[in-house]
Amino acid sequence: MNWRPVEVIAGLTAQELLRRRLVHALVLLTALVLVLTGWGFSRIPHLHLGGELLTPQLAKLAAAQLLLLVMFMFSFVVGLTAAFLAAPSVAGELESGVALAVLARPISRAEFLLGRWLGLALPLLAYVALSASVEFWLVAVGTGYAPPDPVGAEAALAGQGLVLLTLTLALSTRLSAMASGVVAVVVFGAMWVAGVAGAFGSAFHNTAISAVGTVSHLLVPSDGLWRAAVYEIQPKLFASASLSRVGSPFSATSGATPAYLAFSGAWVLLVLAIAVLSLSRREV
Amino acid sequence: MASAGARERSEGQAVITRGLTKRYGSRLALDGLDLEVGHGEVFGFLGPNGAGKTTFVKLLLGLGRPSSGTGQLLGRPLGDRAARSKVGYLPELFRYQGWLRAREVLTFHCRLAGLPGAGFPEEVGRNLELVGLGGRGEDLVATFSKGMQQRLGLAVALVGSPRLVVLDEPTSALDPVGRHDVRELIRRLRQAGVTVFLNSHLLSEVELVCDRVAVVDRGRVLAQGALADLLSGEGPRVRCRDLPGEGLPGLGALARDGEWVSVPGLDSSRTPELVAAIVAAGGRVYQVDEGRQSLEDRFLQLLERA
Repeated sequence: MNWRPVEVIAGLTAQELLRRRLVHALVLLTALVLVLTGWGFSRIPHLHLGGELLTPQLAKLAAAQLLLLVMFMFSFVVGLTAAFLAAPSVAGELESGVALAVLARPISRAEFLLGRWLGLALPLLAYVALSASVEFWLVAVGTGYAPPDPVGAEAALAGQGLVLLTLTLALSTRLSAMASGVVAVVVFGAMWVAGVAGAFGSAFHNTAISAVGTVSHLLVPSDGLWRAAVYEIQPKLFASASLSRVGSPFSATSGATPAYLAFSGAWVLLVLAIAVLSLSRREV
Repeated sequence: MASAGARERSEGQAVITRGLTKRYGSRLALDGLDLEVGHGEVFGFLGPNGAGKTTFVKLLLGLGRPSSGTGQLLGRPLGDRAARSKVGYLPELFRYQGWLRAREVLTFHCRLAGLPGAGFPEEVGRNLELVGLGGRGEDLVATFSKGMQQRLGLAVALVGSPRLVVLDEPTSALDPVGRHDVRELIRRLRQAGVTVFLNSHLLSEVELVCDRVAVVDRGRVLAQGALADLLSGEGPRVRCRDLPGEGLPGLGALARDGEWVSVPGLDSSRTPELVAAIVAAGGRVYQVDEGRQSLEDRFLQLLERA
């Protein structure tokens, strides 16, 4: 493995995101959402309930609920962005023939793929960290509510993005760009639904349905990481009250264990290795 | 580029393949192909559409893997990284990042080729000039016509002063001026000692620039050798009258076909001797046919025989 070609491909990939104005569009829309949600959160302490202003405690609880909703939308944006960025980055180049002149250079398929992955993953991580930090700050300023572990939440959301990014990249070594994107998004949605089903199963002590959630969290850890993010965003009070909100995708009874986080990291590395193997064995 | 040829003539062939075979399922794309290309040669790889030309090039460059057989590129196994650092490649399907400027495409390939950064601007400028794109370096590739993109592809293939340049149908999108420019470029590469592997079905193009050729069809080599040998045909013949006798001194027995006479087995390079001998013997010469076949005739003849 030679590091220089990896850097060159990663640099080109990041440059493409900027040049094609993907970053501009995403940043602009995110800024708009942040402004709107920031304004919305700032109005919560001024809301009335039964003719009286919300108490600070109630305002914080309301803010926490709304924040989970906003972050749920944000996690979808991150997941879909990851899938749609990764889908054409390998398959598109193979389909169009751009990859021919590139792969004939002294660069291995592993270096090419790793460069692509890094060139997409680093901007995605920066986007998650920046957007989520600003959102958490706006909520804290507007309502006084601060998630118990904002950094942990951001790491889990970024992890979810990396899972989708890596999965899509692996698919795009064999499928067309469009098929890779669609399959990845369907898998993302299916894992989320399976996670909800698993939560229902746990709440009603149904082992079979509960296993659906567990298996989905092991198969593709996107929903597992979302639940980990939820746990770090919600007030600790919610965790113990979660059983009363069975099946909700906006609650988690426990955070991710170190073993699960390690598993998620290993999952990303394994799928990346499969992607490298798949591309290496492919005729260009 | 200038010293490459001299340095490498002692290192054997630029390209060697032995029994190179490629199957796609039940379809045989290359059928035990044996080929040798010497250093500094301009080698034409000819064949009809679907003959396996592009498949062969992809195997050479490691873009595909042979089903069986072996080969070497610049003394290294096929697809070897070190060999690829000395090879320039213009694919048949030439596509470059449309969102980049022409200069940026070349800079990107300079980086991939591992050239020292300080030399990028000079390398980029020189190659753009060489292919007739001087002054267009700041234009987006997406705004280029197909012909200009093919010229850009040629410039990319020349990045890093390669020892071997593989051109797969390099003039398919070019106008007559562009084709002429490519021929001139190939001649300049030959003068610099660079080996050129020209994959083409444009026979006139190959005839004008190649030293040696191989004709392939259905994945097999039908013939290969020096262009002059391949086109030598039936030997010279002369249309004349009043030529007495059955032979010519120093040349051999005559074969007659109406007013046409020839000496069986005589090489076309001895055409002036044949004419002189006929005149000396009292014959009156009206027409001389050197006996060389056109590449097109030879190509069609080989395909028919196959």
